[in-house]
Amino acid sequence: MTTALLKQPTPTPAVRKPNRSFVHGLISNKKALTGMAVMVIFIALALLAPVLFPGDPSRITAMASLEPSAEHWLGTTAKGQDVLALTVHGSRSSLFVGLTVGLASTFIGILVGLASAYFGKFIDEALSLVTNVFLLLPGLPLLVILAAFLPPGLGTVILVLVVTGWAGSARVLRSQALSIRSKDFVAAAVVSGERAGRIMFREILPNMASIVMGTLLACVIYGIGAQAGLEFLGLGDVSTVSWGNNLFWAGNEGALLTGSWWVFVPSGVCIALVAFALALINYAVDEVTNPRLRKIKTPKTTPAKVERSAAK
Amino acid sequence: MRFILRRLGFYLIAFWASITLNFLLPRFMPGDPVSRMFARSQDRMQPEQIEALRKLLGVDDRPIWEQYINYMQNIFTGQMGVSISRFPTPVTEVISSQIGWTLLLGGTALVIAAVVGNLLGILAAWRRGGAIDSALPPVLVFIGSFPYFWLAMGALYLFGVVLGWFPIRHAFTDGLEPAYTWEFIGDVGAHLVLPALTIVLVSIGGWMLGMRNTMIATNSEDYITMAEAKGLRPGRIMLRYAARNAMLPSVTSFGMGLGFVVGGALLTEVVFAYPGVGYQLLNAVQGLDYPLMQGLFLTITAAVLLANFLVDILYVRLDPRVRSN
Repeated sequence: MTTALLKQPTPTPAVRKPNRSFVHGLISNKKALTGMAVMVIFIALALLAPVLFPGDPSRITAMASLEPSAEHWLGTTAKGQDVLALTVHGSRSSLFVGLTVGLASTFIGILVGLASAYFGKFIDEALSLVTNVFLLLPGLPLLVILAAFLPPGLGTVILVLVVTGWAGSARVLRSQALSIRSKDFVAAAVVSGERAGRIMFREILPNMASIVMGTLLACVIYGIGAQAGLEFLGLGDVSTVSWGNNLFWAGNEGALLTGSWWVFVPSGVCIALVAFALALINYAVDEVTNPRLRKIKTPKTTPAKVERSAAK
Repeated sequence: MRFILRRLGFYLIAFWASITLNFLLPRFMPGDPVSRMFARSQDRMQPEQIEALRKLLGVDDRPIWEQYINYMQNIFTGQMGVSISRFPTPVTEVISSQIGWTLLLGGTALVIAAVVGNLLGILAAWRRGGAIDSALPPVLVFIGSFPYFWLAMGALYLFGVVLGWFPIRHAFTDGLEPAYTWEFIGDVGAHLVLPALTIVLVSIGGWMLGMRNTMIATNSEDYITMAEAKGLRPGRIMLRYAARNAMLPSVTSFGMGLGFVVGGALLTEVVFAYPGVGYQLLNAVQGLDYPLMQGLFLTITAAVLLANFLVDILYVRLDPRVRSN
């Protein structure tokens, strides 16, 4: 036991160890497992949609405004479309846009945050200024204005959401990168003459894995929700089938006033389930990486307090 | 003081950026806004108005820097042009008649959500693992996962259509004269309940979790142990010692929340046809009313920036550390 401990190389700035325990922590975390299970189901539904409901989901197949029944599990819209088919097919566009927006905004956030933290001085000042301005510009109104000027379409929606969504991730990633930038192993890399790009992406970035993941999840949630909002306002491409557009049509065809609750409930619940699942994974990431937030079994003396007094 | 001047400079730059964005959008976007507008509202627009619009939107032949200077001059003299969809009302007049409703709706919702959410967060962190701490966060996070326009639709359907407890649209009953009478104020209040409630429901979870997490960090500080050792009452330690020091991030969120007040209630306003700036912005977009659209965007941005600046000043009062650097 003691020999094994002694044999371990003492200072390990290497990334492997914390990462492995991070993955292990996630897998043994109930929140993370629930979240991942829900996501797997939705992704499977999205991939299988053309098999489950072949053909155009928005074609009219039945009487208008039918209540849920054995034939139409979720009823039909005021036009006579099958709500279940619309909902299952809607997951394709919604998940795709959410994922694309999430990846793109996180990517920009990583670039801006790392450059800011690594170069500092003027570059940091300039990038932070731009980031803060974008953070302050009111997102939803800007979204609406941009969508109004650009031709409607999936590309526009993604572009608009990335433009209004990257700043938050840049700010979070910058502050994390700043604290790693000041660590000794980064200084060592700088002194040993490593190239800037290598230090940023090979030394600093791997140590930010958990926060990058948290940011990505938050950006995907933002993307899915904002797309739904934009489309609900009729500013997306109304001819495509997505959860946001389903809600737009539900509102447009007066589903609320005629009492056809089954038309607007499914898409909203799907958005909420996906967002909740991603939020669960996000909280799990927080819990695994921040011991203070973990559930404490003995509330008498918090571990943090013991540690602090022991350190003195 | 230096800190405040620096912040002021930052907000001026941010405002300049949004003005410039407003200036650039119609010029670099595909399509000619004036032609599109003309096609929509032929019967209402006179040729000289089209000329004036071309000037305002900068689709005339002058060099771009000249248009830019002219545009800035117009903004600072409060000339935002004339609304197309409500011709011939000036844009400024349309906006000033509506911003009050937005402030009322967003402000009420923000204050309620912030106060209740923070209190819940304080209690949850103080009683780690207690009933509030274990039951509320997951529920609130789940509710917060719903798109808030969807919750608004649900509330409208349940409490408005099915149960009929609350009115489902507009800010007050049609035909009622706005006046400072109890009858009118009560009517406005009744119209406010559902839209405000949905915003509170969606945002309260964020407040609670934010406060809870900073409180947990504060609770392990030495001065809390010290206060406990001194034998102070728990309630006093919780509020005066722990919560007070955990408040600062919440103040920042409140500043960001003020921004949400003006721009963020947009979807809720649309669902309830609430006559605020957000609802008007959507109408302007649908009616291709570019002058009104731009005026609204600038007003919303200016309000957001102003609110954040005020919070910054407040922050300097609250946190002495900011003053020193």
